[in-house]
Amino acid sequence: MFKIVEKDDLSSTISRFRIEAPFIARKRKAGNFIMVRLHEGGERIPLTIADSNPSEGTITIIVQAVGKTTKELCTMKAGSFVLDVVGPLGNPTPIENYGTVICVGGGVGTAELYPIAKALKDAGNIVHTIIGARSRDLVILENEMREVSTALYVTTDDGSYARKGFVTDQLKDVLDAPHLIKAVYAIGPLPMMKAVANLTHPYGVHTLVSLNTIMVDGTGMCGGCRVTVNGQMRFACVDGPEFDGHKVDFDELMMRNRTYVDLERISDDQHQCRLATKAKELAS
Amino acid sequence: MSSVNPLKPSERMKIPRQEPHEQPALERMTNFLEVSFGFDDDRSLIEAKRCLECKTPYCIDGCPVGINIPGFIALVLQEDYIGAVNKIREANYLPAICGRVCPQESQCEELCVLGKKLTPVAIGKLERFVADYEMRRKLFQAPAITTHREEKVAIVGSGPAGLTCAAELARMGYQVTIFEALHAVGGVLRYGIPEFRLPKEILDIETERIKALGVQIYTNFVVGRTSTIDEFLDEWGFKAIFLATGAGTPNFLGIPGENLSGVYSANEFLTRVNLMGAYKFPENDTPVRIGKEAAVIGGGNTAMDAVRTARRLGAEKAYLIYRRSRHEMPAREEEVHHAEQEGIQFMMLTNPVSILGDEQGWVKGVQCQKMQLGEPDESGRRRPVAVPGSEFVVPIQTLIEAIGQRPNPIIQATTPGLQTGKRGTVVTSDSQATSRPGIFAGGDLSRGGATVILAMRDGKQAAAAINAYLNGQSASASQAAS
Repeated sequence: MFKIVEKDDLSSTISRFRIEAPFIARKRKAGNFIMVRLHEGGERIPLTIADSNPSEGTITIIVQAVGKTTKELCTMKAGSFVLDVVGPLGNPTPIENYGTVICVGGGVGTAELYPIAKALKDAGNIVHTIIGARSRDLVILENEMREVSTALYVTTDDGSYARKGFVTDQLKDVLDAPHLIKAVYAIGPLPMMKAVANLTHPYGVHTLVSLNTIMVDGTGMCGGCRVTVNGQMRFACVDGPEFDGHKVDFDELMMRNRTYVDLERISDDQHQCRLATKAKELAS
Repeated sequence: MSSVNPLKPSERMKIPRQEPHEQPALERMTNFLEVSFGFDDDRSLIEAKRCLECKTPYCIDGCPVGINIPGFIALVLQEDYIGAVNKIREANYLPAICGRVCPQESQCEELCVLGKKLTPVAIGKLERFVADYEMRRKLFQAPAITTHREEKVAIVGSGPAGLTCAAELARMGYQVTIFEALHAVGGVLRYGIPEFRLPKEILDIETERIKALGVQIYTNFVVGRTSTIDEFLDEWGFKAIFLATGAGTPNFLGIPGENLSGVYSANEFLTRVNLMGAYKFPENDTPVRIGKEAAVIGGGNTAMDAVRTARRLGAEKAYLIYRRSRHEMPAREEEVHHAEQEGIQFMMLTNPVSILGDEQGWVKGVQCQKMQLGEPDESGRRRPVAVPGSEFVVPIQTLIEAIGQRPNPIIQATTPGLQTGKRGTVVTSDSQATSRPGIFAGGDLSRGGATVILAMRDGKQAAAAINAYLNGQSASASQAAS
């Protein structure tokens, strides 16, 4: 059992949790993730570790309520317990002093990007950070990101905050400016990462993307997370989760990630239905 | 030793081999309950009478862990079932599991003298009977531990090798801690072997019995990531380590179309169903998708488990595609037989060459070619050779590849100086010692892919080697002190 020691809401659908996990807190590096199972019968889902505090023995995760399990998790409060947490998994992000780098975060991917931007800044890089979201409400960690970035740019799809447009619009401007960009780190929805990789390719800038895939165990056992990188089969959980964005077959991965969409909806609907019944019971 | 069996050998040989009741094939195809009900008291008594009590019991030679088989059968005859299970437990701490999943037909029962002309004694069924008897009546008592050892030993992995090694070392008095990466104990017994062959309740009970020996178990702990082997030695104070992380990484065929939706490794498919309980979706959260037509590639026990699971999940047509002939299939005879009863369609001498998908990326068929057997290869089995112009397509919506596993690389990659061999296995001596002092390994991690009982044999052997190693350590320490 892993205790939630602190929870705060970053937006209407995005929450931040600090969870007691002393072994993981000690070992975790930027880019690592955990597998979480909330309760008996629950599914195992991967979540990137946004931060950790080894002396307190806690890790921080930032979660957007999108599926059954993340919705359930986001209703949990400080003081309650998560049944299973395992990690730190995956390879840490390679951090070097490149000179000047760009970090691009889309939606809740910004949470996963934060520790990487921080580590890159600490390593001496000039860090240009671009964070994007559908609308103002979903822009997260703006202040935290500003602290670890040399320059921060925000975009919203609907223009409700900062620059209207996609992160790629902003990225193009930064790439076209006279900086000597050595690397781009992009984390967000697959179509966003694909768009970033397509954009940076002609500039010849090394681009790392962090892949979110189907996963069961997260330790290299199931192969559910397999992706084609440079024509080779790789497992996102143990070979990744970060890969050279110019070599990833995004189209194949996007199709694979749709495998359970309809079943996930059934699971989510049933959950909402049970919640409604429970609420009714409580009300009567 | 005077015999407790009133029958003369000639009379014993007239008794036919007893068979346990089984769930009828039509019924069990729709559920995940155990196929075999095992022996009842009467049948086990009749079967026990068949044992010839040979002066040289070859059956024991066939048992990788050396169970005193005639000894326990004699106790069954005296209806001392608890005595019998304890006799087994002297050599094998997991009798309820071995009685279910061991390939007895190629081990103890293969060497049974009765089997030369007639049918061998049903040793496996008797083992299961006494273990189940004890469980049903809740008569288990943890063996007394008479010695105390201060040394802490870490076991990495809670599969058959790890559990066995832990039980052995705990009985020698050592302070044993098991580290398991998943959230539940058992390794392949948990994620690999289906409920209808090994109910998880049995595994839970056997696990409790390991804990009853004072063994501590950490789940959710990936050694190499959560903590490393060197940290175990330098910071945690472990004096010896047994690595038993199995062969958990699935192999893929390397043919076109493997990343289509609806294509699984057997590991993923079985893990979803067994570990995550996807057969109870949406009551459980983890989904699994099975088409009306499903095919499993492979000929081993994992392939058999996968195809029978697919059938139970609703595949109206469940094919087993294997490139050699039935004779070369490594699966246990009993499993093949059960699969046939359940309507699995065997497509022998058939080789998949590519997986076909639709525009949305879903698997819709597998293109195969017919094979014929040629000259024997290095494994001694006749090599399958493609028949020119024999390509055909099997329409399917689910494809499961069960073509073998290799060891998970995490420990090897995070433990400097650990010598590895072919396909990522950890190299060991005959006594399970690795290239690093104090670190031992066994089971599928060193074998690359074998049976539950061979993993247990390694666990037992490693425990003996660890004991000898630690005795040597304490002897040299006291020598140094004096």
